[in-house]
Amino acid sequence: MSVKKIATNQPKFFKFSDENLNKAKKIIKIYPEKKQASALMPLLYLVQKQNENWIPLVAMKYLAKMLDVPYIRVYEVATFYSMYNFSPVGKYFVQVCTTTPCMINGAEKLINVCKNKISQNQNELSANKTCSWTEVECLGACVNAPMMQINEDYFEDLDKEKAEEIIDMILNDRSPKPGYYKNRRNSEPILGRTTLINSKDA
Amino acid sequence: MLEDRDRIFKNLYNDYGWQIESSIKIGDWKDTKEICTKGKEWIINEIKTSELRGRGGAGFPTGLKLSFTPKEQGTKSHYLIINADESEPGTCKDRDILRFEPQKLIEGCLITSYAIGAHTSYIYIRGEFFREGERLQQAIDQAYEKNFIGKNACGTGWDLDIYLHYGAGAYICGEETALLESLEGKRGQPRSKPPFPALVGLYGCPTIVNNVETIAVIPTILRRGAKWFASLGRSKNTGTKIFCITGNVNNPCNVEEEMGVPLKELIEKHAGGVIGGWNNLLAVIPGGSSMPLLPKSVCDTLRMDFDYLVNQKSGLGTAAIVVINKDQDIIKCIARIAKFYKHESCGQCTPCREGTGWLWRMLERLAKGEGTLKEIDLLFDVTKQIEGHTICAFGEASAWPVQGLLRHFRKEIERRNSSNPLVGRTDVKIPYLIDQHLLEKENA
Repeated sequence: MSVKKIATNQPKFFKFSDENLNKAKKIIKIYPEKKQASALMPLLYLVQKQNENWIPLVAMKYLAKMLDVPYIRVYEVATFYSMYNFSPVGKYFVQVCTTTPCMINGAEKLINVCKNKISQNQNELSANKTCSWTEVECLGACVNAPMMQINEDYFEDLDKEKAEEIIDMILNDRSPKPGYYKNRRNSEPILGRTTLINSKDA
Repeated sequence: MLEDRDRIFKNLYNDYGWQIESSIKIGDWKDTKEICTKGKEWIINEIKTSELRGRGGAGFPTGLKLSFTPKEQGTKSHYLIINADESEPGTCKDRDILRFEPQKLIEGCLITSYAIGAHTSYIYIRGEFFREGERLQQAIDQAYEKNFIGKNACGTGWDLDIYLHYGAGAYICGEETALLESLEGKRGQPRSKPPFPALVGLYGCPTIVNNVETIAVIPTILRRGAKWFASLGRSKNTGTKIFCITGNVNNPCNVEEEMGVPLKELIEKHAGGVIGGWNNLLAVIPGGSSMPLLPKSVCDTLRMDFDYLVNQKSGLGTAAIVVINKDQDIIKCIARIAKFYKHESCGQCTPCREGTGWLWRMLERLAKGEGTLKEIDLLFDVTKQIEGHTICAFGEASAWPVQGLLRHFRKEIERRNSSNPLVGRTDVKIPYLIDQHLLEKENA
């Protein structure tokens, strides 16, 4: 279960933009009739996307009405899952994986970079209010450890210098290139393949 | 060693490209219609003969699972759910299937849905895999365009719709009933079983939940024949498997190998050896974080399949191998895993909710050498209090790694924490404790 701070400064009003309202209607349709509550999680994502990476309480009430479920149900679902934020996290939200496979490959160094460059504490906006960082559990890219996620993109095969470059870029509001930072293709062995050799560059 | 022509995932490293045209070129969607016309029974029997076991961790025979759904369709619709909520630390195999071999998964969805009588299939993908989800959605759209799925899918006369549903960062949603709860728009807390999802699952309807890799290998098994699949590995542990080798190795990688391949071959040959040489190996976690670790002495001769590892008091799990060498602090490594379980416990059952926190805090203390000898036994006792006392297997998953540590590295913990407990000692002045009377013999 995740423990997250709920922002004290809450907006008074929330409404989907026309584009997102259309998306929401489409999402609701993929579930059977009268099972529209299933759409709750995807719609929370839509809210988060529209509202700069965080979900205000008024949006939960809005969704409760839209899906015809009690407000408390929306609240309990939203607070159960760790990927929903309830206070501003900035335009660039950095998540560093620190679970054992990343830990033994030096995730600690990435944490120190974040501490030095963004802010000393997790879930705290940087001085220029554009980024924040947090430690997360396994992100499922263990072969390319250590790694971190910034908004939707993965940055893999990192080390201290590469992480510093990336964090510097986002602090200056530039988008770094997602993907692999060592000389390899996806999850193949770095020092040469042992399987599927003939299909290389096919 | 497995030959390339026997590998199922030929595009594991994305040499050919993920688009549907490239997938067709390497053999996907070949004779799908013919396979389906052989009938539901044939498909399920063929999967049974192949002795395919679930690739998501538990290793349940897939053919048997598929046969649990009601034969005749009643008023309730059937569902096929693909579990793509890959969150087991060390595991990153499904991600590559979703990115580079999506058509294998989609074709598997069609064949399996046809076999169990499902017209709707949901793929529950973990929320962090946003880009992988985008890719998969494009692949699904391409399959719709070619009419491989949708109305009269692939000319089989069967209608199938496939939808994506994103999770939101809860490890527990990889448990099948928690996944169903989550898909229904609730908190991901596992349900009590029975009833099993095959009879009462999503929205109370018959539902089959399978891992991505399990479903993705089915088309190839049916095309090349169950006998071929069963000829790889050994009885009850057949076929090929994607191994994820991570940790202190020179060449961390994903590789598809035959079931029962020696661990040493995987590490030395494919992963470039342990950093510092084989003799620098300390321990290996053979199947994702929830499986007990094994020390080097066992690793020398270890073969990687379900039954062999169970005999070694561990398990194949998701076949994610985390290699730990002597430069690492083994207690810290397991303490971090305990922290993971503490963070991910859904909070439904008391032994797990409270116990995982205990395990973590005790291990952190023991790693720093602040514990006492008695605490080591207490730690073991806590794991036993969690194991078997919870609704789902998360309890076992959190207890086993700690038990593995105690089984093989007890001496190391004792060495670091050799002091006697504070309570009952006369040489240090400590405040009177509430239950101290229990320790003083006169009052007992």
